Amino acid sequence: MEILKQISESLEKGDFNRVGELTQQALDQGLDPKVILDDGLIAGMSIVGQKFKVHEIFLPDVLLAAKAMYAGMDLLKPLMIKENIPSIGKVVMGTVQGDLHDIGKNLVSIMLKGAGLDVIDLGNDVPPAKFVDTAISENADVIGISTLLTTTMPVMGEVVEMAKERGVYGKVKIIVGGAPLNADYAEQIGADAYCFDGVNAVDCVKRFLGAG
Amino acid sequence: MREIIEIDAGQISPSIESVLKCQGIPENAIPDTRILRLAEEAISLFEEHGRPKAILREITKKDFENIYRGEGKNAEETPIESIYNSSDFLALFAVTVGEDISTLISRLFQENDFAQGSMLDSVASESAEKSAQTVEAIYENYLRQRDSFPDSYGILRFSPGYCGWHLSAQKKLFDFLNPEEIGITLRESCLMEPLKSISGVIIVGMKEIFKFEDNYWFCAECEDHSCRERIEHVSNS
Repeated sequence: MEILKQISESLEKGDFNRVGELTQQALDQGLDPKVILDDGLIAGMSIVGQKFKVHEIFLPDVLLAAKAMYAGMDLLKPLMIKENIPSIGKVVMGTVQGDLHDIGKNLVSIMLKGAGLDVIDLGNDVPPAKFVDTAISENADVIGISTLLTTTMPVMGEVVEMAKERGVYGKVKIIVGGAPLNADYAEQIGADAYCFDGVNAVDCVKRFLGAG
Repeated sequence: MREIIEIDAGQISPSIESVLKCQGIPENAIPDTRILRLAEEAISLFEEHGRPKAILREITKKDFENIYRGEGKNAEETPIESIYNSSDFLALFAVTVGEDISTLISRLFQENDFAQGSMLDSVASESAEKSAQTVEAIYENYLRQRDSFPDSYGILRFSPGYCGWHLSAQKKLFDFLNPEEIGITLRESCLMEPLKSISGVIIVGMKEIFKFEDNYWFCAECEDHSCRERIEHVSNS
């Protein structure tokens, strides 16, 4: 459908005003919000993610596209909640206790939302129990933990241990990220994956959800 | 000497090229005009809202040894240890670009202005680095004025958390330097607030003492490798 293609193309260009206008037009034409989301916004964001992966575009381009995505999402989200349309999955995100660095975590959250996932952002300085308790109460599929400090890396392991204690380890997947981390460390603490950037996190979460 | 230094934000605002590099844009890439505009706007926001300050205090080798040891968690061998043991002058420093920038970055993200927020974050990181360079230059000038910095001397700074110097050494560094006076506080996790702050030691001595191969085990895990450039600069200065 032409309008969905236009939404996708405008999103790729980061034209948030146009994406907002076109999303409203699509709704006015009677299109299903889920179709607009999947075939317009997420389709556009997916192309953006692919271009970023092959270095055709760069981080600021992705973030401009994300702003455009949100302009459309702001119109669709209330309708989707009203009509009980489920998202493809839910992720609890946060920066570990003792750390206030949240740029990396924010960028990953933006990319996950852009892929159509529900993200519960707990912010920074988050105690281990809060990650696990929120994942249980919100019936989340994935916990995403971030840190930039070597001194707070062990707190990630505490989240994993707490997930084991509460009996959700394996059921709720745990992904970790941050400058001092690597895949070996993720494996060592029992996390399900190490994600090196937002696009990689999207691929990873989709794989866990069987949607990749 | 112990000095609190007010720095002009305009003096330490970074170049567009360095900001774009920080955003992961390769030097040979040609970013479009909207990205260049974002970078220019971020620099302008920094010049308006940045409140850079620094504190600098000389320290004896004996006092520094205790700070360097920290909580005994350093790597077994580090380049810093041999360098400071052969040095002639040492000074601790801390710099910050202020809390207002962190608040503004958060606000931009809350308003879905992600690209501008991320760009300002890069500007603030680069500016904090330039503030540290400024303090290093101030210390060098201070020594030159006292005829204590001959041409055969070099100057280099190191921070806890890098080059095998464990982050936990921050606690003793803060006890000695007291950067709270310029608004920097330290959390139990050794995280400095405001986030865009840098602390460490400035080491002065004969140029030869700074030469080392970056082939320690922790060098393999370091993504920065700015030491290569800085050591080369010392050798060529």
